[in-house]
Amino acid sequence: MATAAYVQGERKSGAWRGFAPGSWQERVNVREFIQRNYTPYEGDAAFLQGATERTGGIWKTLQPLLAEERAKGILDVSQIPSGILAHAPGYIDKANEIIVGLQTDEPLKRAIMPFGGWRVVAASLESYGRTPDPALGEIFTKYRKTHNDGVFDAYTPDIRKARSSGVVTGLPDAYGRGRIIGDYRRVALYGVDFLMSDKEREKHELDDRHSTEEVIRLREELAEQLRSLKELKEMASRYGYDISGPATSAREAVQWTYFGYLAAIKQQNGAAMSAGRLSTFFDIYFERDLRDGTLTETQAQEIIDDLVIKWRIVRFLRAPEYNQLFSGDPVWVTEVIGGNGEDGRTLVTKTAFRMLNTLYNLGPAPEPNLTVFWSPRLPDGFKRFAVKASIDTSSIQYESDDLMRPKWGDDCAIACCVSAMRVGKQMQFFGARVNLPKTLLYALNGGRDEVTGQQVGPNLAPVTGDVLKFEEVMERLDPMMDWLAKTYVNALNVIHYMHDKYCYEAIEMALHDRDVLRTMACGIAGLSHAADSLSAIKYAKVHPERDDRGIIVDFHVEGDFPCYGNNDDRADDMAKMLVSMMMNKIRMYPSYRGAVHTQSVLTITSNVVYGKATGNTPDGRKKGEPFAPGANPANGKDTHGALAALMSVAKIPYDDAEDGISLTISVVPSALGLDEDRITRGVDALDAYFSSGGFHVNVNVLNRETLEDAMEHPDKYPQLTIRVSGYAVNFVRLTREQQLDVIHRTFHGAI
Amino acid sequence: MSDPLVGSRYELRIDSEGARESEVVHDYFAVHPADIEETPEQDDLVGYVHSYEIGSTVDGPGIRFVAFLSGCLLRCQYCHNPDTWHKRNGYPVTVSRAMEEVAKYAHVLKVCRGGITLSGGEPMVQRPFALRIFRRCKELGLHTCMDTSGRLGERFTDEDLMDIDLNLLDIKSGDPDIYEKVTRQPLQPTLDYAHRLSSLGRPMWVRFVLVPGLTDGYDNVERVADICAGLKSLERVEILRFHQMGSDKWRELGLDYTLKDHEGPSPELTERVRKQFRDRGLTVF
Repeated sequence: MATAAYVQGERKSGAWRGFAPGSWQERVNVREFIQRNYTPYEGDAAFLQGATERTGGIWKTLQPLLAEERAKGILDVSQIPSGILAHAPGYIDKANEIIVGLQTDEPLKRAIMPFGGWRVVAASLESYGRTPDPALGEIFTKYRKTHNDGVFDAYTPDIRKARSSGVVTGLPDAYGRGRIIGDYRRVALYGVDFLMSDKEREKHELDDRHSTEEVIRLREELAEQLRSLKELKEMASRYGYDISGPATSAREAVQWTYFGYLAAIKQQNGAAMSAGRLSTFFDIYFERDLRDGTLTETQAQEIIDDLVIKWRIVRFLRAPEYNQLFSGDPVWVTEVIGGNGEDGRTLVTKTAFRMLNTLYNLGPAPEPNLTVFWSPRLPDGFKRFAVKASIDTSSIQYESDDLMRPKWGDDCAIACCVSAMRVGKQMQFFGARVNLPKTLLYALNGGRDEVTGQQVGPNLAPVTGDVLKFEEVMERLDPMMDWLAKTYVNALNVIHYMHDKYCYEAIEMALHDRDVLRTMACGIAGLSHAADSLSAIKYAKVHPERDDRGIIVDFHVEGDFPCYGNNDDRADDMAKMLVSMMMNKIRMYPSYRGAVHTQSVLTITSNVVYGKATGNTPDGRKKGEPFAPGANPANGKDTHGALAALMSVAKIPYDDAEDGISLTISVVPSALGLDEDRITRGVDALDAYFSSGGFHVNVNVLNRETLEDAMEHPDKYPQLTIRVSGYAVNFVRLTREQQLDVIHRTFHGAI
Repeated sequence: MSDPLVGSRYELRIDSEGARESEVVHDYFAVHPADIEETPEQDDLVGYVHSYEIGSTVDGPGIRFVAFLSGCLLRCQYCHNPDTWHKRNGYPVTVSRAMEEVAKYAHVLKVCRGGITLSGGEPMVQRPFALRIFRRCKELGLHTCMDTSGRLGERFTDEDLMDIDLNLLDIKSGDPDIYEKVTRQPLQPTLDYAHRLSSLGRPMWVRFVLVPGLTDGYDNVERVADICAGLKSLERVEILRFHQMGSDKWRELGLDYTLKDHEGPSPELTERVRKQFRDRGLTVF
């Protein structure tokens, strides 16, 4: 035992040469390692290097495969149930790859992950013309229960009704919940043996605890985690790497970290599989190797380029219904870049630039989901490079470092689009979202669905009379939202209980501390339509029109009313009120595993399906029309320009939407002006938004005509990237419906 | 009184009062007495605002709040806002209401190195209103800018000009005859105003709209450039390339748009004109 520890210590001292020591050497503490060792960079982008011939070659090798995939939907699929060790090692170009590892034995070949639910796997296979392996079908319907089966065993009739009417939709009850970020950096910094002995320690601490259900579950989970760490080591060894000890060089640090991530995406088909916050961590290794003369800038960029190529080809097999919710095949390899530390130093390093530089070296792309933590106090050189890349590629999203740091610290990352969490110390129970405009219609109609006429919500008195009165509507909305929150949290508790039980994320959780903070991440859709509807009811005259069932199915509005998105408090206050009201109601219902309740104002692309299921609304939105995405103002209602819209969205209180508030704006290139100050204006506009309390913004700098042309001639635009709601997509891979939705959104001619 | 609605500057905007007035006076091109009457001084001045826009990047430095005031004497052939000629076509707005709106953006305008720009129409028409707005903006610490032809410059005292940080002075032509042809007004008041700004050291950007076949003559451009070269407080010259985006408004107003078949200047022509200015050591965009 003692000898083993000694040998391990020796290896570590080699791997950790030149690093400032600290308690991070004794126990897992990646943040402390970063803080003691990183080098802030305040310069500009002049040092960056372009793609090497090797990088270009690898990227080129993939192009025909990507084109074939675009044409066929998927390139290939393996029916071996995926797992960390399920597939033999795969390569793009074995001789030339610097960073290795694929999900299956071939690039872009997808794997099946049946533990979430067999029906979804079967349907996905069939939708791409494959016959599901009958033996597997038997196993996963007869012998092995799945997450999906478990959930439906425990759903109540109330939940089922709400789910099928579309007032609660997109729940992760048939797909992996995702939104868990393993601290993949731990693999590089410590090596797997260290992590395993730490997990053993965590497990043994429970030995004397009485075996309550909670303790038993935790012990079982830790055993699963240990098993998956062992598999991780074995997976790496099949690629020829011994990752039992820490990485000894920059290339190894990136490779070890990627192995951790690779194990996760072999094991889980999560809705979002974020990478975390890697660039500052990697930079410490790059700086050391550059200092030692064992690495050049060109090589450093090559390593990052190669990692990003791997991220760009992460694939999951997903059902067509899934594509309705999250269009364009996103996986949310979200990587956080930038931000400032709690001590005031910037966390921007040269590797932050290298990461953004991949957009030039490899061209624009939706993945990884490059997420810049913005603060007006970021170094100017970095701000300018990020904005330049936004103007050139529309591939970056921005989130408020100054709102997140006080809540989640300076080592938090983003799961999916806008969900912040301390890396390795926090996870969330992803909860999709509920439909606010439909809830408002339920309030008007006494809980009856405006489309089907079915009694879905509680049977309360509908509104009467020829004109909707604001006070009366609010009186009815209140209990309807109570019911909604209760049904919703009920459903989420069931889902996450079953996900833990049947589809546990062992490797991701192995790269967390044992005792994590859990959040119950609820969400709302259609905020702008609900807010504008209330504004119409309050400031104009809204006449409801009832059909022969006595259900209000349309509205006749007399007079003008202010709309959310114009920096007009009368309407913006409605949006604020709805957010806080919903959050307070959600907090009333206890959550599974004591998770802290949060909510997001984020739709991803589900704004389209939600709209489809919802009748006419008092704001003038027609039945079936898409909702505005996330916290966006309704399309065409934000008539005062982008800045006014930004100011409205900045008013939504983050304290009541701690899972994030998403805004997507598109400006035409000329909106930034015609002179040399365009980048400055872009930087200033972001400073203005974030210093006014804004949380998130997707920035597109595009002309509508480009998108229209891309619809007609998709082959001309294989890499055209556009940010939608919290993520980016290849525009040509969106469904036609989604493409039209994007085109019909407001394009601001001025900032 | 309704709040001012806003759209793009290319969106037609005429309220019922303005429409009535247009019906009474048949010649839309005529300068109506009401267009140039000075607003009477009172505690909370009423101004006539055609529209406003937040986030403009083409009306002065940084990102700006631009209010388009109604009322103008010039009848420029290429005007993209013919619905701002008559003052009563705007929405009546008090200074305090207007400032309420501006104040919401004070922080962001400062962060964005911008400020407020009064454009039009011709903001000089509504001198007391404009000056009151400028004063209140200065109190908020905002940069102020006036987009003007200078036609009514004589209305402004030297002291008035101290609250205007930057004049965007439109010199539509250097040749008096061409100027009158383009605008139906004389050039001289503009020149007088330009020279006064220069002698007072008040910063200005000169803007010249380049219309092929109308203002692009070599000699005409030379004369504008000569004028500019003589202005000590001139910071930059902006060549605005003619475009057709204003044509819809002319059609909607039932006016004969003489430039409907004109195209914008070619890159070569634009470069030739820019060079004529650059040759005099001027900063040109």
